Amino acid sequence: MIKIAKYIMYDILRNRFVMLYTLFLLLVTFSMYSLDTDPGKATLSLLNIILLVVPLVSIIFTTIHFYNSYEFIELLLAQPVSRRTIYFAEYFSISLALCAAYILGVALPMLVLNFSESSLYLIMAGLLLTFVFVALAFGASVSTRDKAKAIGVALLFWFYFTLIYDGLILYVIYSFSDYPLDKVTLTLVSLNPVDLARIIILLKLDLSALMGYTGAFYKNFFGSNMGVIYSILFLVAWALAPLLLAMRKFEKKDI
Amino acid sequence: MITVSDVNKRFGKLEVLKSIHVDFKRGKSYAMIGPNGSGKTTLIKCILGMVLSDTGSITVNGKPIANDWSYRNEIGYMPQIGRYPDQMKIGQIFDMIRDLRQNQGGIDDELIKEFKLDRMADKRMHTLSGGTRQKVSASLAFLFNPKIMILDEPTAGLDPVAVEILKEKIVSGNNKDRTFLITSHIMSDLDELTSNVVYLEEGKILFDDTIDLLKEETGELKLGRAIATIMKRNINDMERV
Repeated sequence: MIKIAKYIMYDILRNRFVMLYTLFLLLVTFSMYSLDTDPGKATLSLLNIILLVVPLVSIIFTTIHFYNSYEFIELLLAQPVSRRTIYFAEYFSISLALCAAYILGVALPMLVLNFSESSLYLIMAGLLLTFVFVALAFGASVSTRDKAKAIGVALLFWFYFTLIYDGLILYVIYSFSDYPLDKVTLTLVSLNPVDLARIIILLKLDLSALMGYTGAFYKNFFGSNMGVIYSILFLVAWALAPLLLAMRKFEKKDI
Repeated sequence: MITVSDVNKRFGKLEVLKSIHVDFKRGKSYAMIGPNGSGKTTLIKCILGMVLSDTGSITVNGKPIANDWSYRNEIGYMPQIGRYPDQMKIGQIFDMIRDLRQNQGGIDDELIKEFKLDRMADKRMHTLSGGTRQKVSASLAFLFNPKIMILDEPTAGLDPVAVEILKEKIVSGNNKDRTFLITSHIMSDLDELTSNVVYLEEGKILFDDTIDLLKEETGELKLGRAIATIMKRNINDMERV
């Protein structure tokens, strides 16, 4: 697997899109820290951008890359290697390449400009989100042969997790506000990887009050360390579940 | 060497392969002929394990290929369209596949030299023309001296010089323990390169024997005309029904 992944990763790292992504992240990180004098606030603004951009880029790039390497996957399948090997080689080369872009664009400048515990958590959250959304993109790409459809589904995932889901939660909380909803909201939040990533940082930034009701409750319920561990575990599950489901589909797929 | 028995495959409503029985024997070279969409590529992909058949079984050297990948050590495959990662260099493609294969048969890089690909080892794949990419695919298929060669439209897109180089390579490699499976729409090529014909139409095998017998049966001297005769005969049959 490493043999294949090595070559594919080399190919992706030289891709213009990934280079642009790195540059964009660099630009955003630098501008956030130079615009805002309070590093806590800057981290928060950066968080909001990262929570939008990282999932979007991961999911779209992966889907397009998967379809562009269709013939190449075909060639690999004609070689004496198992489908599983090819699948994981593709997954890890894409996600690690995007992680490398993220590390160059956000993590390194952040460690230089504002080294703090919350920065470390922001870095980790971004990396985890990359793995989650690359896995979701594999789920979308493996399910259909139609590139346009897969990109549509991938975009829908992104819309759903970054925009629609929050609306739905608000709606639920608003309409059932007469009932105790603590545990329900907690469960609902766990069902969205983007919210989980947000919670990790907010708990660490000690800004949970800003997140209103759910944040305050979350902090109360877990204390901040437990909350972070809980969120990380769920994020890992969010990467593993689609990854394994898509793998089973890929093993039975007609290429 | 390759035995296909009772293989059926449908994509949704479309029945692509209908109860295919065919035996590709060691040391023979087969031409797979059929109109577009007759199931040639699907049959090849079934043999390579890329498409999983709905029913039936395929064995290579007596071993069933389901849930096995090691049999592909013995197969060299040249796809119809070869596309490679854009930023990869020609040399890297060869290195990577060489890494993946345990070369038991030794390396045969004659084609790489003949196509002068070794001089372009640093060129990136996206800068190559379609024909050059075909050359890469062909060289890869021959690189490990495999016992089974599957070539899907090998001469399409190649320039006349390259076509001759490739044909010569196929003829010279055509020996007792090698099996060739070639699809093409260029009948004169197949006439030169192969000894047997498997004729597919709408997912069924309508003819499976030597080219000589086919010519004798139809009374034609050239493979192209003989195939045309069969196709016409089938159309007439269908009209009568």
